[in-house]
Amino acid sequence: MAVATARPAAPAGAPTGATFDWPAAAWDALVTGLLAGALGLFMVGFRTTDYGSAGLQFEYHLVDLLVACVAIFLGRLALTAAANGWPLVTFVIGAALLAAAQGLKLPSSFLTVVISMIGVALMLRALWVWLRRSSGGSAAIAGLSSSMGQGTQRLYPWFGAALLAFAVVMPFLPFADQKVMDLGILILTYVMLGWGLNIVVGLAGLLDLGYVAFYAVGAYAYALLSTQHGWSFWICLPVAGILAAMFGVLLGFPVLRLRGDYLAIVTLGFGEIVKIVLQNWVDFTEGPAGIGGIPGPTVLGHVFAEQAPEGKTTFHEWVGIEFSGNHRLIFLYFVILVLALITNFVTMRLRRLPVGRAWEALREDEIACQALGINPTNTKLTAFAIGAMFAGFAGSFFAAKQRFISPESFVFIESAIILSIVVLGGMGSQFGVVLAAILLIGLPEWFRDLGQYRMLAFGLAMVLIMVFKPKGLVSHRDPTVRLHPAGAG
Amino acid sequence: MAEPALVEVRGVATMLEVRGIETFYGAIQALHGVDLAVRRGEIVTLIGANGAGKSTLLMTICGAPQARRGAVLFEGNDITRLPTHEIMRRGIAQVPEGRRIFARMSVFENLQMGAAFADPAHFAADLERVYTLFPRLKERHQQRGGTLSGGEQQMLAIGRALMSRPRLLLLDEPSLGLAPLIVRQIFETIRAIARDEGVTIFLVEQNAFHALRLADRGYVLVNGRVKMAGSGAELLANPEVRAAYLEGGAH
Ligand SMILES: Nc1ncnc2c1ncn2[C@@H]1O[C@H](COP(=O)(O)OP(=O)(O)O)[C@@H](O)[C@H]1O
Ligand SMILES: [Mg+2]
Repeated sequence: MAVATARPAAPAGAPTGATFDWPAAAWDALVTGLLAGALGLFMVGFRTTDYGSAGLQFEYHLVDLLVACVAIFLGRLALTAAANGWPLVTFVIGAALLAAAQGLKLPSSFLTVVISMIGVALMLRALWVWLRRSSGGSAAIAGLSSSMGQGTQRLYPWFGAALLAFAVVMPFLPFADQKVMDLGILILTYVMLGWGLNIVVGLAGLLDLGYVAFYAVGAYAYALLSTQHGWSFWICLPVAGILAAMFGVLLGFPVLRLRGDYLAIVTLGFGEIVKIVLQNWVDFTEGPAGIGGIPGPTVLGHVFAEQAPEGKTTFHEWVGIEFSGNHRLIFLYFVILVLALITNFVTMRLRRLPVGRAWEALREDEIACQALGINPTNTKLTAFAIGAMFAGFAGSFFAAKQRFISPESFVFIESAIILSIVVLGGMGSQFGVVLAAILLIGLPEWFRDLGQYRMLAFGLAMVLIMVFKPKGLVSHRDPTVRLHPAGAG
Repeated sequence: MAEPALVEVRGVATMLEVRGIETFYGAIQALHGVDLAVRRGEIVTLIGANGAGKSTLLMTICGAPQARRGAVLFEGNDITRLPTHEIMRRGIAQVPEGRRIFARMSVFENLQMGAAFADPAHFAADLERVYTLFPRLKERHQQRGGTLSGGEQQMLAIGRALMSRPRLLLLDEPSLGLAPLIVRQIFETIRAIARDEGVTIFLVEQNAFHALRLADRGYVLVNGRVKMAGSGAELLANPEVRAAYLEGGAH
């Protein structure tokens, strides 16, 4: 609990515990625990429950509260100890909390999880102090991590190539069952969306909180064109991209003069408007019921199914192999892989062209851009349009893969996740987006067994990344031009 | 108070002419009818205290904000109502107040941005020219702009402006926040740009001593009005100017 109480009167940064004032620390921790108890009394201590005929009744959780207060008391004490050069105390308390949470029968599983996490965090805190001591102060750590940073920077192309190679062979590896393939497709979809949004947010520096709207436009474009007009996926794909790009320009116009938080709020509103229209324009979009029976993508007109619908042939008959449900997934996997790679390739090319350089310059300083003759209006609109176009592609892929879409798939949390991928990835780093997508999409899916604590772990991971890598996972920016080190210019 | 000694500079050789400009920020009027002119090949400086409206005048020439009344003529064409980016593609370049270099981009990329609307055929030669003027930039061409020292950032801002091959260069307080030695160096370079490259220069400065020594002519702006005009030497010798702007001597 970050309760502002007087710190124990130990001199700041005292390296030894010689002057550590234990009674003051204990008093401080006690105050913290009591404050937490007072605050928690009404939130956790008792709550009203509806007993039907018996009416509202209080339900008491005082034991929960007491356990929480004790944990907070110990945690505060341990943190003070770590700050004053007693990491061993911190470590022991952390280990004790962890053991207690795991060993004792606590009144709720929520407490078990939270207290275990407190225990682990305290042990890490103690390790951090020891690490700093053993490497002779923070300067050494800074030097170490910066030289490590330089090393990893040079390795990014290799990481990238290795990751790509893995992505290509993954479907044929023995562990690639349906669950793995689904996850792979999901991650790649978010990689593509992250790369698309990276153009708007990372390169052009326009904070867009409504990106999912363009994803929705692409998805509905394909869903409607295919179910009502029988258009094939491969024709709808570019159409959906162009439509989404047009929506990007549509959004771009009113927000041209806005910056920072104002821009974020308007784009957020735009995302909500699109969702609300999808929900309420029932004649056109089927409303909340959604659109089903969307055909999947075909290979030269051959469908993925055990039995071909009339007038079509199936893929396995055409190729002459046994039918397997996995073929469809493998095919979808490669479609999204190629789409994502195209997104990356186009972005990398654009960065080297005048328009891409203008995006980055605009992110750095709009007034300077104008002074250099750059038209900020056009520059922003192209960023919105191209970013939206890739969301449109991804959206029609999503519709083709799910075969059913409804407005529920295009809610704000999707925009937030895509934006998190861009921010955690390092704002503008293509490789960072991949890492962040794997982390943010892959891990929570993997840890579905954590159940309701999945999002808690997600939040914790985000906080940890932001604490240790405040500029994102890959904060290094590649110059768009490589020059000879000799400087011949 | 002496009558403003208006110098007659109209004619074919006039490169920039500002006529009766009035500029507002919302309801607040920052410029109250400013007239001035810059002839081809001249170095003209505009001096004035903090808040006199110097930056406002320079930005009004560039169209952001646009003048509410009056006109700006560049090479005889009225540019008052053009959007900024179009004005800046006509042979005018600006070194903005506070330098405004692109911090996360390299020195080279900053210079590249300067040439965004120049003929790519000249790029290599122009780059070489800038690197000759500022050898420091050449040494640091791959360094990120934001990590340069203040003086180097100012050099970069000037170099970036030169990359568009301007006929008129507008500078807003290039000496701001720089050590005296660097200031002297920057002003020497401005002189060289005017002399060797034939670029006409309009220099806005608070550092009146250096600016007036460098300039062919100068204007003094007080509360959004031109109070005095004359040759650099005249203004430098003027007791009023000395009292108001050169207090504390040459620094
Ligand atoms: N963006 C702005 N909005 C409102 N007032 C401004 C703005 N910029 C400048 N001003 C005002 O206009 C006057 C002139 O400012 P400026 O041109 O920056 O002066 P100088 O460059 O001579 O120091 C000042 O009173 C200043 O407060
Ligand atoms: Mg100013």
